[in-house]
Amino acid sequence: MNIPLNIDWQQILLHLFNFAILAGGLYFLLYKPVKDFMAKRESYYQNIDNETKSRLQQAEELKDSYSRQLSDVAQEIAQKRTEAQKAIDASREEQLQQARDEAARIVENARISCEQEHNKMLSNVQKEISDLALTTTEKILLKGEGSPFEQFLNAANAEKRGEPDA
Amino acid sequence: MNKSKKKILAVVWILIVAALGAGCVLTGLGGEKAETIQETMRDAVLHESNQISLFGLKDINPALISGMVVTVVLLVAAALIRIFAIPRFKYVPGKFQMVIEQVVSLFDNLAKSNSPWRHGFLGAYIFAAGVYIFVGTLFELFGFQMVTTKGLSVALPAPLSDVNAAIAMGCLSYLIIMSGGIAGNGAKGIGKTLKEFSLPISMSFRLFGALLSGLLVTELVYYYIHLSFVLPVVVAVLFTLLHALIQAYVLTMLTALYYGEVSEPAHKKAHEKKKAKTAA
Repeated sequence: MNIPLNIDWQQILLHLFNFAILAGGLYFLLYKPVKDFMAKRESYYQNIDNETKSRLQQAEELKDSYSRQLSDVAQEIAQKRTEAQKAIDASREEQLQQARDEAARIVENARISCEQEHNKMLSNVQKEISDLALTTTEKILLKGEGSPFEQFLNAANAEKRGEPDA
Repeated sequence: MNKSKKKILAVVWILIVAALGAGCVLTGLGGEKAETIQETMRDAVLHESNQISLFGLKDINPALISGMVVTVVLLVAAALIRIFAIPRFKYVPGKFQMVIEQVVSLFDNLAKSNSPWRHGFLGAYIFAAGVYIFVGTLFELFGFQMVTTKGLSVALPAPLSDVNAAIAMGCLSYLIIMSGGIAGNGAKGIGKTLKEFSLPISMSFRLFGALLSGLLVTELVYYYIHLSFVLPVVVAVLFTLLHALIQAYVLTMLTALYYGEVSEPAHKKAHEKKKAKTAA
């Protein structure tokens, strides 16, 4: 059959044969190795990316954990501070109370001591006054009733009689 | 380099160019043209007379020889890259590695974007087809000479400027599209592919016409000696580069597009229609 444009089936097949060899060769020698390499590189960077994301997530979790811990610590510090303040207040109150008690005791002791001193002084004064009165009386008597010996005798007699002292 | 050396170099270069130019003109004037422009153009299209013997087995069009040479060159280059370059590839690529990866990624992404549900084989095919069309089209720039069965010298053309090569490529692309349809939708995929029955013809003749037009313009320019200076820089190099890029892109793009269309699973479309209905 005479085909127009000088079309030759055998040459078409030869062209196909030629192209099939070329396509296969290019696929195995160039296309596939280069694609494999690019896939390998993509996988490598994907792994790095995943690893980075995972580490980032871990870091975020760690950060959250530390934040929680910090928050807990802050709460604990606040609590301890409150407790310490309470303890200080209690201690201060106790010390104040002790000081008040001490002061009261000192005041009481001072009062007792003062009272004792006062009583003692009063008794001393009374004694001195009585001694003074006695001495004064004696002097007066000695001046008016003769010698002391006579006065003694008179006194002894009077005592015998049960008369009260003049 | 000092000024006097530069001057000497410039003079030598001008003398060489002038001598070569004179040689071209003098040799051209003396010779007789083997065939007329009509015959040259007709033969560029039909390859009726200028055929080359394939190891004495059969007379074939020069484009088939070009195709074989391009295949050998590409396979050798690929083997060298595979042996020497790919084992030295680094995660942070150098310039050469970048180019290779870009070329592979270009076709791989083209396959992925046009046929997201099935693109492994498609990517490999359009990579090979794209590289073959691009390098094959640039191949005619080198103007390698072969002796025809009639004893004439002929410059090897782009492989796809031969209608047989274009038909082979167009039909193969159609078969690849059909294989995608079968793989994606079974017998329904064959029906979907057959709906586009004009595709092999349009793909074949688009490729053939585009590359042939470039070849014809080049033949025309080179046929006349006076047009063979300066003009080929624009006509041959720029047009060929453009052809190479455009035709490689067009065929691979169309193949990927139709492949994606016929290999799309049917339930996805039904699902999309349901979605559209619910949205409405």
